[in-house]
Amino acid sequence: MLTAKASEPSVRSKVDKTEAEGVRLPALSTKSFANPVHPGSPVRRFIKADLAKRFRLDEFLAEKLITLVAFISLATIVMIFVFVFREAAPIFSGKSVVEATTTQTEPMETYGDEYVGKSGGAANSQNQNFISVETAGAEGKASLSNLLSTTWQPVSSQPKYGIVPLVVGSLKVTLLAILFAAPIAVLAALFTSSFAPKWAKEILKPAIEVLAGFPSVVIGFFTLVTLATLLQDFFGYQFRLNAFVGGAAMSLAVIPIVYTVAEDALAAVPRYMSEASLALGATKWQTAFFVTLPAATPGVFAALLLGFGRAFGETMIVLMATGNAALLSLNFLEPVRTISATIGAEMAEVVFGDTHYTVLYFLGAILFVFTFTLNVVAEVFVRQRLLKRFRGG
Amino acid sequence: MRSIMMKNAVLIVASAIALTSVLRGEEKITVKGSDTMVILAQRWAEKYMSAHPDVVIQVTGGGSGTGISALINGTTDICNASRPIKPSERDKLKTRYGSLGVEIKSARDGLSVYVNEQSPVKELSLQQLKDIYTSKTTNWKDVGGPDEKIILYGRENNSGTYVYFKDNVLLGDDYSSSMQSMPGTAAVVNAVAKDKWGIGYGGAAYGKGIREVKVKKDEGSPAYAPTLENIKSGNYPISRFLYLYVKNRPTGALKQYIDWILNDEGQKIVSEVGYFPIR
Repeated sequence: MLTAKASEPSVRSKVDKTEAEGVRLPALSTKSFANPVHPGSPVRRFIKADLAKRFRLDEFLAEKLITLVAFISLATIVMIFVFVFREAAPIFSGKSVVEATTTQTEPMETYGDEYVGKSGGAANSQNQNFISVETAGAEGKASLSNLLSTTWQPVSSQPKYGIVPLVVGSLKVTLLAILFAAPIAVLAALFTSSFAPKWAKEILKPAIEVLAGFPSVVIGFFTLVTLATLLQDFFGYQFRLNAFVGGAAMSLAVIPIVYTVAEDALAAVPRYMSEASLALGATKWQTAFFVTLPAATPGVFAALLLGFGRAFGETMIVLMATGNAALLSLNFLEPVRTISATIGAEMAEVVFGDTHYTVLYFLGAILFVFTFTLNVVAEVFVRQRLLKRFRGG
Repeated sequence: MRSIMMKNAVLIVASAIALTSVLRGEEKITVKGSDTMVILAQRWAEKYMSAHPDVVIQVTGGGSGTGISALINGTTDICNASRPIKPSERDKLKTRYGSLGVEIKSARDGLSVYVNEQSPVKELSLQQLKDIYTSKTTNWKDVGGPDEKIILYGRENNSGTYVYFKDNVLLGDDYSSSMQSMPGTAAVVNAVAKDKWGIGYGGAAYGKGIREVKVKKDEGSPAYAPTLENIKSGNYPISRFLYLYVKNRPTGALKQYIDWILNDEGQKIVSEVGYFPIR
């Protein structure tokens, strides 16, 4: 006879009922819900060996494949680092000026001279004016003093590789771009997250993200042909293509990035904060500016850093819109030459292994390290500060 | 399943298209280099390919420097250059291929100096041009214009036009840092056309919205415009040849193409594009 147990009253009553109806059941005293016993199955205890994973070929392969793909992505980043720094490394060993050797005396072999008409003309002016000054192709020394000088004229009898005007030019355009883009993007994000009705949110967010899809060469071309003239007519400054125009064009490319990340950060602010503020009597804009925005500061800051990184590495817009003159000045109404535009314009013409080539790779390494650091800081900043904060840290 | 089949189908079709050109036995000629010559090179290639369908010619710009580097790096058959090849570049060619390259004159060009249509300046001497482009002269009033700052436009340093101008007008001096570098002659023309006080230089075939300045050798000589007679007779001071460079003496399909360029048909296209034929 089964004795009643206080711990299993419902089971007990069920057994009682079925006992009464005459069905035989196995003894239940040593079993629990963790080990259900199905009628008809052999009764067995649950042992530790059951926890071991069974080998399945397809799962094993899938796991290894995914790990391999992840490693390939990491390896690509590492290899890019390695190659860029390897090509830029000779700059530190220093190269001496290469003198032109035997070919200077050997005459140029020509073909097709029988087709050229006799003229006193161009041939003479060539001889009179042609100075055998070694302009193109001369190798200069990329010494530290040369690199830190303020003139960038790599194609010259005395090549000058001063990177200072290039770095300053990049910084000027980037700062201007952020100056124009940050207020617009952050305020738009604030509006979208705190003020906009749902229907407006659904239109605004995709619309601004469409702006991100604009190819930068189209923005650059549009600036070169139309926007630069408009701005010059409106403001009346001297140089048609300058850092100001470049920054204005670049802000068109930076706004979507800052907007997207900032809007995500602002939307992630817990609703209890804004609701509490509203409950205490603050108006909507007071809540937005003094509660929501400060709460999302790490995310907004990360958005600005990402925008800065994007603007620093942007090439096509600055190549077309800034005038590409390597001037070193703080006046933002003068043309500038950025690092990215220099690499873009000059990399195709250098012979592999040249000093010019090495200096361009060095510039590329600087650009790479700078944007990489910015992105890592933004990423870590967002993860650590933002996530910790919302887990109650 | 269907998507995998579609992908396979696309791959097969793409590789088939790629293979047909190889299997058909087409001759491929790659031409890279001068932006000054790029329109001319494209017209040559189009005309030649329509007459000879078994040859495929690929034309790219990038600047004379780019073209010569491509010749040295081995990524092109013919290099267009608007300036002569330098001894150090010939050195590099010799180290890599053991040959010093072959120079072919394909057209004549007068390097034009552009100013905006509304500018009153009509003539400039070589010395004045030198002073303007090295920023010794910064105001238009010093060269016969109004009291306005001169805005300099030029080419990027991969351009043969840049190097030629530097050698022959600046006589080796560096350009002023304030010269804005434009990516091609068309961009220089566009910039000068939009800038009342701008000055720029480039090949003769591109002018629209701007006026070509007459250049005189020195203050005493008469000023000449870059026209066919002036360039042929040598009166226009900054005229040059437009070159083709190849690694070795041309043979086969390459020789046929180059001979065609140097003959009447190719030279007719030179005149049509706006440059000047070699005879």
